[in-house]
Amino acid sequence: MNNDVAVSMQNITKAFGTKVVANDDVSLDVKKGEILALLGENGSGKTTLMNMLSGIYHPDSGKIFVNSQEAVIRSPKDAYDLGIGMIHQHFKLVDIFTATENIALGMKKDVSGSNKEIAKGIKDICDRYGFDVDPNQKVYNMSVSQKQTLEIVKTLYRGANILILDEPTAVLTPQETEKLFSVLINMKKDGKSIIIITHKLNEVLAISDRVSILRKGKYICTIDTKEATVMSLTEAMVGQKVELNIERNNVKNKEERLIIEHLTCLNKYGTKALDDVTFTAYGGEILGIAGISGSGQKELLESISGLHPAEEGSSVIYVKPETKEKTQLIGKTVKQIRDLGVAMSFVPEDRLGMGLVATMGMADNMMLKSYKDNRFMFTSRRDSRKLAEKKKEELEVVTPSIYTAVKKLSGGNVQKVLVGREISSDPNLFLAAYAVRGLDINTSYTIYNLLNERKENGCAVIYVGEDLDVLLALCDRIIVLCAGKLNGIVDARTATKEEIGMMMTHLNEEGEEDGNS
Amino acid sequence: MATVEYNKKEAFVRASLRDSIPRYKALLIRLCAVVISLIICAFLIYSITKINPLKVYQAMFEGAFGSVRRSWITVRDTMMLLCIAVGLAPAFKMKFWNTGAEGQILVGGITTAACMIYLKSLPTWLLFICMIVSSCVAGALWGLLPAFFKAKWNTNEILFTLMMNYVAIQLTSFFVALWENPYGSNTVGVINQTGHEGWLGYMFGDNMLFGQEYSLNVIIVMTLTVLMFVYLKYSKHGYEIAVIGDSQNTARYSGISVNKVIIRTMLISGAVCGLSGFLAVSGASHTISTSTAGGRGFTAIIVAWLAKFNTFTMIAISVLIVFLEKGAVEIASQYNLNDYVSSMITGIILFFILGSEFFIRYKLIFRKRNKEVQ
Amino acid sequence: MAGFISLFQAAVVFGTVIMFGAVGEIITEKSGNLNLGVPGIMYLGGIASLAGVFFYESSTENPNKFLCIIIALLCGFAASAFGGLIYSFLTITLRANQNVTGLTLTIFGSGVANFFGGSLNKLAGGVGQISVAATSSAFRTSIPGLSKLGAVGKLFFSYGWLAYVAIAVAIICQWYLKRTRSGLNLRAVGENPATADAAGINVKAYKYVATCVGAGISGLGGVFYVMDYTKGTWSNDGTIENLGWLAVALVIFTTWRPKNAIWGAYLFGILYWAYFYIGGLTRSSQEIFKMLPYIVTIIVLIVISLRKKKENQPPQALGLAYFREER
Repeated sequence: MNNDVAVSMQNITKAFGTKVVANDDVSLDVKKGEILALLGENGSGKTTLMNMLSGIYHPDSGKIFVNSQEAVIRSPKDAYDLGIGMIHQHFKLVDIFTATENIALGMKKDVSGSNKEIAKGIKDICDRYGFDVDPNQKVYNMSVSQKQTLEIVKTLYRGANILILDEPTAVLTPQETEKLFSVLINMKKDGKSIIIITHKLNEVLAISDRVSILRKGKYICTIDTKEATVMSLTEAMVGQKVELNIERNNVKNKEERLIIEHLTCLNKYGTKALDDVTFTAYGGEILGIAGISGSGQKELLESISGLHPAEEGSSVIYVKPETKEKTQLIGKTVKQIRDLGVAMSFVPEDRLGMGLVATMGMADNMMLKSYKDNRFMFTSRRDSRKLAEKKKEELEVVTPSIYTAVKKLSGGNVQKVLVGREISSDPNLFLAAYAVRGLDINTSYTIYNLLNERKENGCAVIYVGEDLDVLLALCDRIIVLCAGKLNGIVDARTATKEEIGMMMTHLNEEGEEDGNS
Repeated sequence: MATVEYNKKEAFVRASLRDSIPRYKALLIRLCAVVISLIICAFLIYSITKINPLKVYQAMFEGAFGSVRRSWITVRDTMMLLCIAVGLAPAFKMKFWNTGAEGQILVGGITTAACMIYLKSLPTWLLFICMIVSSCVAGALWGLLPAFFKAKWNTNEILFTLMMNYVAIQLTSFFVALWENPYGSNTVGVINQTGHEGWLGYMFGDNMLFGQEYSLNVIIVMTLTVLMFVYLKYSKHGYEIAVIGDSQNTARYSGISVNKVIIRTMLISGAVCGLSGFLAVSGASHTISTSTAGGRGFTAIIVAWLAKFNTFTMIAISVLIVFLEKGAVEIASQYNLNDYVSSMITGIILFFILGSEFFIRYKLIFRKRNKEVQ
Repeated sequence: MAGFISLFQAAVVFGTVIMFGAVGEIITEKSGNLNLGVPGIMYLGGIASLAGVFFYESSTENPNKFLCIIIALLCGFAASAFGGLIYSFLTITLRANQNVTGLTLTIFGSGVANFFGGSLNKLAGGVGQISVAATSSAFRTSIPGLSKLGAVGKLFFSYGWLAYVAIAVAIICQWYLKRTRSGLNLRAVGENPATADAAGINVKAYKYVATCVGAGISGLGGVFYVMDYTKGTWSNDGTIENLGWLAVALVIFTTWRPKNAIWGAYLFGILYWAYFYIGGLTRSSQEIFKMLPYIVTIIVLIVISLRKKKENQPPQALGLAYFREER
């Protein structure tokens, strides 16, 4: 076997239950001192495959070779012993511990040294590769990027030679991403092998030496990055040519629907999650909200829908389309807002934990917002059953039956159930957070079409998104949030990604509105 | 680099989540668990007493169903346990761990006894209304307190309700000392022994319903069981409880007032447990003591949990547990052991049933024999 | 003053029982296991030590005091650790619900203890007749000389040596959790088992060991109760169960810190016995006074939930099962 291969995975198959095959006969090599990108859409089995390398899962069949020797990795500890370290998307850190304590975790003292020695080791690694970590800071006081840095330092401290990063840039600003990439290149030069899981083509092209592509759990191919293009990668990833343009009609009958003034609210730690945000959403348009995660998007949608309290002086006024009657929504509960006849729908970010009842079937989920409509003390199951059957057919929801618990459905089908229910109430104000996160391209397009349909009907759509390409293609105007402040509103037809990227990260104190014509 | 152990063996056995399991298979697994545990108990009893275990189980059966009278006592106690479990069902379905049934039963029992003592001159129907209403109210109040703090400040309800049990026990001690009869006995004695005022079985005078003292207990509890089933499965309230039990965030999102539902559900849960106290005092022992609840508040938690909050399944589990208790008491008296053997046997059997749930949810994958040579 | 001294003495003896119970339960809960079987475990510890010593004392003319103590401690620790093992097997390996398993353990433990306790009483000829006098007195030896130092001696040095062991155990546990690497790992398991797992910590092993050792320590509370508190006798009056629940309450009171269990336990003792030293109470109103420790715990519970300080919260994964391949 070739000596510069660090890890070789051969014919790996892994299934969850009897229905979901996450990896089907996948083979993969990583050389020493290279950055391999593992590319695939969400749900293509990238993370599962890597979890088998890091000892979280165990393959049903297939073999793993580390440094040309067969290895059975039964636990993360085995993986560490083999020099494999993985930085998960959800950081594996203990909140109430300090950086040092988190690194000390699970290491014997004679291996790791005392806490003081660890602190020194942290500093050494930081100097060598260009990180910045305070050994005594508690994790619950750290920013996302600090936590990620700590994760990488932890893995290096433990002597990992093979690093796996699971979508490391999803939570970073463009500047932080750049910094991360320069660190990764430093590590590569140091002889380390790096696998970076991603579905972002530009990152693949920017940093990797080779790229391996998975699709629906199957291994497709490995290409030298030098020879790859956006088109060739996209084709390999999605398997068919995809029309990248989302249909966008011009805004008709633009009318005020939601007037937000000086909206301020606090997060649970008492700091401002939203700071004096003012804008207006119009019926007949799709208004995008851009911003790095945690810039106040969640609080914005939740305070509009009555789930998050707002501070004194905030105002959210809903204008009824028929009568032009104005209603103040601040200070009202979800139920009060609904009772006032505000036709608002909300697709929250957390689908199974907030938008749906995970353990109930489609049928019971359909009546989540309307179960009270029936007279007397009993719920009407007939109506929700009919609605569920209808939506199942319309949106082609794949489920054994409308009584199967929705948590057993795939991510795309869960989202169809949620969006389907929210649209069925014929709203004229539609809020959606990360509506296509984790969905395959076809389902994403189904969702875009549904949103466009709403827009055509004169509904005001507020769409919080993370993929700038989609925001630019789908929306009419885009609001950019930065650290809770409204940092500008741009016209999606003329704005560029770089422009929005800058606004996401650099607070423009004057709050100038660029390109809003 | 440290030497690394390559080629480690795979784990001998791994567990993996089942998609679904046919109902009969699940039942079979549970049945196996009960049978195995009974065999183990038999060995245990044999090693202590050297009595043929089969005879022991025969004796157990006699203890529970040996005579009409015994059967009715078994039925009475089953109803009592079932009633508490039915009361716990809504709270548990909401994922509110009401470990305070014990206390809720006791306060319900105290008010029932108080009515029997102080209001016995009232007309029978009015006396019963007073007893039933007061026991429900007392139980509901005992449930309200932890629910209020849970709703308001997310105070841990397991420990709160647990502590409320002991407050209730001390309260009972207080009333036992107050109502002591005869003086110095430190018990209340049988209340209204001569006139049977406030005795549930004697509600219609000496002509007992269907000629049985405990037929009313059965009617009340079975009615509650059916009502609770319908309430949880078909009512708007039941839907709200299920949503909250799944995710409080979803509940808030859908416009359910979570705090209101938590409090309302605990009022209902506490009230039914309080009513169990009424059944215990008016319908069974006709006295009150700190052992009126007798740990049944805890046993009922296990009943409710094992039944997955389905009130009809609770009937079967209650029957099983009470049968075991009665049987064990019978063995104890026949073979000169003490009653506590029943708790021991119940514990062992419950351990097995709890453990068997694993085999219903998961399947085991054994290591394949690998004959490959390196 | 004399009143206070005897109140304090009663409180220390009482507190020692629940201090063992609580410190053991803290270790257990730090691993993420909420074991509501503490009363059952203390029962198992109590009865096992009593039975072990009973058979030893009745088999020999001149029981060796040292051997008595060893037998009592070993039997008590082993039996209660076995209770912890049952709990661990069901909740960790078979993933049964922790609350329900704990309650079942309580039913089981009280059944076993009272069954054998009753049988032992019968063997010995009646309630209160079990005579393990030698062992009991060995347990109740206090530090010679010091206990005669007037009020100070009475307040601090008049207790059986196990009472000081309890303090030592609490301090050792505090040190273990706060200062050792293994303690750090254990806390990580209770806070975030997925993280601990990813760091190469054997989560199951930590949970097993912490739960069994924790149960063993809790069980020493039962040993102390039987040997010192009731002077080597047994009665089926359910006191151990009450004390077991108080130990669970004390865990909350200490905000999961063993060092707080030391004074917390004595405070609970003072509250429990306060009625005895307040004059003019009728027998029934005394019962009302005995509610105090429970009411105080409820108040503490409420206060902790009001002040949302991160370091005072229960271990984050408390009560949750952990299964790596769950999906």
